[in-house]
Amino acid sequence: MTTLAFAILLVASLAAYALNRRAATGIRNGGARLHSVSNYHGLFALLLMLVPVLVVILAWLVLQGSVVNAVVMGALPDGTLTELEKGQVDLILAEIQSISGGRIFGQPEPWKLAAAERLTELRQLAALGLVLVTALLCLAIMIFARKKVSAEFRARQGVERIVSGLMIFCSVVAIFTTVGIVASLAFETYKFLRLVPLSEFLFGLNWEPQIPIRADQIAAAGAFGWIPVIVGTIVITIVAIVIAVPIGLLSAIYLFEFAPKRVRAVAKPLLEILAGVPTVVYGFFAILVVAPAIRIFGASLGIPVAPNTALAAGGVMSIMLVPFISSFADDALSAVPRAMRDGALALGATRAETVLNVLFPAAIPGIVGGVLLAVSRAIGETMIVVMAAGLMANLTLNPLESVTTVTVQIVTLLIGDTSFDNPKTLAAFALGMMLFLVTLIINIFALRIVRKYREAYD
Amino acid sequence: MDDLRAINCDVDTNATKISARGVQVHYGDTHAIKDVDVDIKERSVTAFIGPSGCGKSTFLRCINRMNDTIDICRVAGDIRIDGDDIYDRSIDPVQLRARVGMVFQKPNPFPKSIYDNVAYGPKIHGLARSRVEMDEIVERSLRRAAIWDEVKDRLHAPGTGLSGGQQQRLCIARAVATDPEVLLMDEPCSALDPIATAQIEELIDTLREKYTVVIVTHSMQQAARVSQKTAFFHLGSLVEYGDTDDIFTNPRDSRTESYISGRIG
Ligand SMILES: Nc1ncnc2c1ncn2[C@@H]1O[C@H](COP(=O)(O)OP(=O)(O)O)[C@@H](O)[C@H]1O
Ligand SMILES: [Mg+2]
Repeated sequence: MTTLAFAILLVASLAAYALNRRAATGIRNGGARLHSVSNYHGLFALLLMLVPVLVVILAWLVLQGSVVNAVVMGALPDGTLTELEKGQVDLILAEIQSISGGRIFGQPEPWKLAAAERLTELRQLAALGLVLVTALLCLAIMIFARKKVSAEFRARQGVERIVSGLMIFCSVVAIFTTVGIVASLAFETYKFLRLVPLSEFLFGLNWEPQIPIRADQIAAAGAFGWIPVIVGTIVITIVAIVIAVPIGLLSAIYLFEFAPKRVRAVAKPLLEILAGVPTVVYGFFAILVVAPAIRIFGASLGIPVAPNTALAAGGVMSIMLVPFISSFADDALSAVPRAMRDGALALGATRAETVLNVLFPAAIPGIVGGVLLAVSRAIGETMIVVMAAGLMANLTLNPLESVTTVTVQIVTLLIGDTSFDNPKTLAAFALGMMLFLVTLIINIFALRIVRKYREAYD
Repeated sequence: MDDLRAINCDVDTNATKISARGVQVHYGDTHAIKDVDVDIKERSVTAFIGPSGCGKSTFLRCINRMNDTIDICRVAGDIRIDGDDIYDRSIDPVQLRARVGMVFQKPNPFPKSIYDNVAYGPKIHGLARSRVEMDEIVERSLRRAAIWDEVKDRLHAPGTGLSGGQQQRLCIARAVATDPEVLLMDEPCSALDPIATAQIEELIDTLREKYTVVIVTHSMQQAARVSQKTAFFHLGSLVEYGDTDDIFTNPRDSRTESYISGRIG
């Protein structure tokens, strides 16, 4: 039935388009000068119908369920629901729904069977209503739109208004989603901070997120200082960036300026494939290849190396970042005007000098922006570090030791049975909030730098 | 007018700086320059005129081998500067371009300071042995480009912050900083307002004392004002070449006449 409603809407709006277009063309052929070309008259009718009716259908579908449920539950025999908790009421509703869906378990009471029957009826009624309302609305709008067609009618402006309204709506949806995510994060963080003081969270040097299972357990109170966790993130990020930036930039410069066409034709898609490798696969690579290699190499030098080193995790993460940085740098270099390059070449600069002294500095804003976005990604990267970094918080700057990261901790805290009223679980949200804030600050910073350079060099 | 004639007579006694014989240029299948012969005199201003797309820029770029930087471009024929074949294998285009400077249609200062813009050429060619020498080169070049007084107090401000006309003079300073013998200018005033244009034209007239200047221009008045010799190109061929006065007062070819009287655009 819902499909039917959508079909009606589609057919009706196409019909409205054709109708208005025909009408407008007719007026023009009659010798009048149209304000808007006839196509806009058609589009106006189409959008005028499509947008509001679609909203009505969607709203109907969203509300239908709860309205029908409320009616069914309200019509139960008097006293059935008195003294019942909300959970139990929900259970009864669920049972009625499954009976109505044909799944009957055991011998339900007759009043439940009656309610189920009523539910089925109401649902059919609602669906019929939807089709009817859609059809009527479409008809009304079609007539309304047709009446509007005249030589002076500003259909183009009408279309533009509707389209811009649509765009505003979409951006509002995007913005509200962001606000909603942040708000829910902030709310859970607030709950966490009522259990653990902010100063302990921000400045504590210990991260042992346990909670006592029994009240009399000794020494089981956890410690929730995020410093070792964020330091672990920073160490891995630094390792990743220190490896990825030179490789990414040099490969971009090589591909941009020096690579023969054939090499470029092969290497660029290969780099792009690298960007598309799922991070889980990078995780395998870290565990199976990089970590053992580092350990063996360390052993041959007599240096003790932990199994989950920051170096392995960061190193593999850098492979993930290379195509990212390289494609940013390539774009930035290509965006430098050809005049710049001609100017340098005409002075007798070699190609290497041209790239390094002129193109590269001119491309720096784009490149810096790309590197900072890569930093954001490294900080937020989860799968590689879950697989390759450690679980224990370990306050160290040594990349050969095992460290954990903010994302790893969030994952481990939320895996398994969780209840949302103890600091262990809530700590995950606090960490998430901090992660969000850190990457937000980096991104703002990145945009600032980019803008500052633009002003200086445009 | 008498002055001008006197100068022109001088020019004719000058030695030939650049001599081109049978130059052909192809861009892929496009035959852009067809068998051009021309002799350009030392320490004079030679103007290339002609309708757009006739190959003026292309021919100009042959003289400093900038066409080498365009993949699909092929140059054939013989071009000599001071008798040396510049397309000879022994010639390094990078060094050639230090001897043959170029100024482009749109001012293109590097996103660096004014000082660094001018110092860039001398730096990559190792022309200054010390900071003091570099300072001297920069000052001399900026003076030669008639912009020293305007920028001497802000040598470390970005070159991109100057006005269009100042930027173009900065580019001229940048080009003369490597102490070239030839200066190529591809419509150097077409992006400038009339006042800046007048300043550049005046400058070009003084540059002639030291350099061999070749200028592409779409303005016939400009060619008449600044040049001693004029070459008229049409559809890739050099139609007529001679003293500027002669070209503008009694052209020999009917196409030249149509162009200077505004009938070929
Ligand atoms: N980079 C290029 N690639 C392909 N064709 C070009 C290129 N530059 C110029 N041409 C062609 O060569 C001809 C001459 O161009 P150009 O020398 O720029 O003329 P002008 O400077 O006299 O306006 C034109 O037909 C143009 O289309
Ligand atoms: Mg040109």
